[in-house]
Amino acid sequence: MSDTFQLDGKNVPFESGQTVMQAALAAGHYIPHLCYHPEFKPHGSCKLCTVKVGGRTAASCTMPAEAGLNVESNIEEMNGLRRTLVQMLFAEGNHFCPSCEKSGNCMLQALGYDLEVHTAGFRHLYPDRPLDASHPDILLDFNRCILCELCVRASSEVDGKNVFALSGRGIAKHLIVNAKSELLKDTDIALADKAMQVCPVGVILKKRVGFSVPIGERRYDQRPISAQALDDAPRLSDASSSCAACEGTP
Amino acid sequence: MSRKLRIATTSLAGCFGCHMSLLDIDERLLALLELVEFDRSPITDIKHCGPCDIGLIEGGICNAENVHVLREFRTHCKILIAIGSCAITGGLPAQRNHLDLASCLTEVYLTEPGLAHGHIPNDPELPLPLDKVHPLHEVVKIDYFIPGCPPSGDAIWKFLTDLIAGKTPELGHGLIKYD
Repeated sequence: MSDTFQLDGKNVPFESGQTVMQAALAAGHYIPHLCYHPEFKPHGSCKLCTVKVGGRTAASCTMPAEAGLNVESNIEEMNGLRRTLVQMLFAEGNHFCPSCEKSGNCMLQALGYDLEVHTAGFRHLYPDRPLDASHPDILLDFNRCILCELCVRASSEVDGKNVFALSGRGIAKHLIVNAKSELLKDTDIALADKAMQVCPVGVILKKRVGFSVPIGERRYDQRPISAQALDDAPRLSDASSSCAACEGTP
Repeated sequence: MSRKLRIATTSLAGCFGCHMSLLDIDERLLALLELVEFDRSPITDIKHCGPCDIGLIEGGICNAENVHVLREFRTHCKILIAIGSCAITGGLPAQRNHLDLASCLTEVYLTEPGLAHGHIPNDPELPLPLDKVHPLHEVVKIDYFIPGCPPSGDAIWKFLTDLIAGKTPELGHGLIKYD
């Protein structure tokens, strides 16, 4: 019999080495998250998965599960914090959903829906971030980057290429591509790369597939992200299948 | 039945898409008219907002006239609702916010190819554009926000009927949309 911890008053079993997030998802309990991805080492940067453990806050994607922990996640205090984080991510970039090909498949947008974010909350910064349309098959729209580093991790850990990196600090931090020209066309990225499939928002887009699925019939139009994420989670143990959390193009 | 609630609506720096969505409640407009009457609105063509219970404002603030109209609504409406992306974040018009206004006007009216003898409009009747496009809540207090570009007729119907029934309006999955 495996050990258990408490999540919002429910017993959650876990295996040694699992994080709170991994154990929760495997047991069918959703904790909101953005930079966490079942196939990658936890990053712990977006803080959406922050939970309360013994009165203190911690990122559940990096927190090791321990017997007897009392974890609080779906409480107004944590959801209010998550709402603020989502508002800050929206305010920092240029997230103009009506013109974004990722709308309906976007995790940031879906989290906004799930957390019922109706308002801007913060003064939007409207940064000036030019596109990189240099590559014949791939478009980079930096306006939407949330700095989750999933593309950075996918490119280095899975593709073995190091196409992407983050540069700068604080508010100046931004996504760069690994080429002297700073253009995607001069990197060795390929359409089949894992880095092409993991962006939770609309930064890395395959060209010429716009509206292949109509608005209103997309992933998070059909079911809220809290339900979708649980469907994706069991695939964690099934190494042969690809992860449904990666929004691949059909 | 107590008196009908009075509603005013207007579009500032918007496209009237949210008003089209209001019309998308279709025959429920007749049910709505049992509960409310319209003050200033494209439906009535009344030019100034009088004392109202609810004000619905589409579009952000991009010029001096928008500010005047918004303040008039705030003065006269007990509840003011920002409806749609432009009212809530600036939306499409705010896509100029990372650019310099003078260079925008210069490019559109003077240097863009095909504009022979163009000039930047300067008729004194035209409201002066603001340096940046602003969401409504940066100018006056806004009580409620209905996101969407535009919000669907169903979302508007749900929000208004909740509000009129005295409940906290809730949208929920499928009705809360940013696109």
